[in-house]
Amino acid sequence: MSDQDAVFGKRGNRDLSVVNPNGRGTIDGTRRSGPVRQGHAGDPFLIGENMTGGYGKGADILHDCTIAVERGQIAVIVGPNGAGKSTAMKAIFGMLNLRKGSVRLDGRDITALNPQDRVKAGMGFVPQVNNIFPSMTVEENLEMGAFIRKDDIRRTMEQVYDLFPAVAAKRRQAAGELSGGQRQQVAVGRALMTQPSVLMLDEPTAGVSPIVMDELFDRIIAIARGGLPVLMVEQNAKQAMMIADKAYVLVQGANAHTGTGHELMQNDEVRRTFLGG
Amino acid sequence: MDILNALVAFLNFVFIPAAAYGAQLALGALGVTLIYAILRFSNFAHGDTMAFGTAITILVTWGLQSLGISLGPLPTALLALPFGIAATALLVLGTDRAVYRFYRAQKAAPIIFVMASVGVMFVMNGLTRLLIGVDEQRFDDGARFIIAVRDFREWSGLVEGLALRSTQALTVVVTVIVCAALFWFLNRTKSGKAMRAYSDNEDLALLSGIDPERVVRLTWIIAAGLMTIAGVLYGLDKSFRPFNYFQILLPIFAAAIVGGLGNPVGAIAGGFLVAFSEVAVTYPWVKVAGYLFPDWQPGGLLQLLGTEYKFAVSFVILIVVLLFRPTGLFRGKSV
Repeated sequence: MSDQDAVFGKRGNRDLSVVNPNGRGTIDGTRRSGPVRQGHAGDPFLIGENMTGGYGKGADILHDCTIAVERGQIAVIVGPNGAGKSTAMKAIFGMLNLRKGSVRLDGRDITALNPQDRVKAGMGFVPQVNNIFPSMTVEENLEMGAFIRKDDIRRTMEQVYDLFPAVAAKRRQAAGELSGGQRQQVAVGRALMTQPSVLMLDEPTAGVSPIVMDELFDRIIAIARGGLPVLMVEQNAKQAMMIADKAYVLVQGANAHTGTGHELMQNDEVRRTFLGG
Repeated sequence: MDILNALVAFLNFVFIPAAAYGAQLALGALGVTLIYAILRFSNFAHGDTMAFGTAITILVTWGLQSLGISLGPLPTALLALPFGIAATALLVLGTDRAVYRFYRAQKAAPIIFVMASVGVMFVMNGLTRLLIGVDEQRFDDGARFIIAVRDFREWSGLVEGLALRSTQALTVVVTVIVCAALFWFLNRTKSGKAMRAYSDNEDLALLSGIDPERVVRLTWIIAAGLMTIAGVLYGLDKSFRPFNYFQILLPIFAAAIVGGLGNPVGAIAGGFLVAFSEVAVTYPWVKVAGYLFPDWQPGGLLQLLGTEYKFAVSFVILIVVLLFRPTGLFRGKSV
């Protein structure tokens, strides 16, 4: 995880009577935001342009990578394992050091903002794992999603419950006790509570059954049709491209193919390498 | 058989002192468990920070006394307590800024925080001694007893006397109020829930727009309040000696671990469990036995351990719990 772990082999960190590694963070919360600058004319709603960078002082993982999503659309990032899909997503969210490139949202250049200020700027992010507060109830999870809001959150909460009736029935239950699919629903619901202007999902269907996966895709389409742009990383490339307005195929941290989901499905090379014929 | 006298002797020598001591340990353990749950390390500087807060409170108490200000039957220290809490909060926030924040930014392993807190412990230790010296200080004033031995004997007609010191009653009352307030804060307020969220999942709390540094500051301020209150109550009940506050770290840790680290309810239960065991094991039961079994002539004092060995009780409880139920009585974070 951190540099120290690599050096000391987590020595002394297994004694839970003196240390509590559960729920430990990886994002530096002490980093302060820099200034917000003017965006470029004619930008998409959200764009991470020519992003180059990696974690901490490590080697670059992304190389001149560009990801964008337009208003009311679904954009998906697909690619083989280790292609840097999640890393690209995290880069857009300010979780790694960009040595080159910029991130612009809704006419503003937010490259210098730290992740917590990007949330305030309107970005909602659902991580791939550890995306709920396990000891808190479903309702408290949603409340935490709405932490930055000062207005009445009850209507949004009802909307989330309408979208995910399965978790509505368990609103008083600890989120950690729910099934995998329900946890994902709580996770997406938590992000929606912020009323973001763009929703970013990192492999929302990882580890859930095919039936639950289809249901989640349906919900995501419903969210996007409701006007909220969705950017997501997906390992189920075929399903993802079917619902995508725009798809990005990444290979080794760089853009390999870009186009509408339909176009890429027709592309021979993409079919051969990623979609299995 | 004289059950009434036995009961009074038990209340007087075991129950009341243990309840007061348990309340003090519970407050201390709450602070330890809070820091463990949210800042993710066991704070070894806890005892010495308690001593610092108490020392400031004592100095302010003396100042108030010399100005002729008092609280009547209540100890003047209660009036000085807010100053002690404020000074301690400033000190721990300063420590966090100077020491822990650096490691937080590095995402250092939790064990490094533990070691840093040992260093902080030594600094606080010296700071308190520079401030008020190493000697014993008594600073309780106001009414000494709620129930005095002589009054109780006259009222009940029993041979055995019962004393309830005002500091003991005060300790329990203050602890109940503080615990209720803390639970209300953690479960009902937005900031309290944010602290629990941060404890559950740091990254996700940040992704929900919760400012992690604010949670950390809030935790230190609340911990400073708990530490100072626990320290002042302990000092009022017994007396203030900086070294005792270093030693009390062990029963406090035992209480927090027995209850389940990271679990506030467990910290309270653990505090009372450790206190009652300690008092029960070191109390000479010969008097109570004499009332219950008048014909029995025991050879000794029926004392399991000398009071010098009272810390052994904490150790034994700690080891037994870690061996057989490492998560503590109430499931803590250390699963």
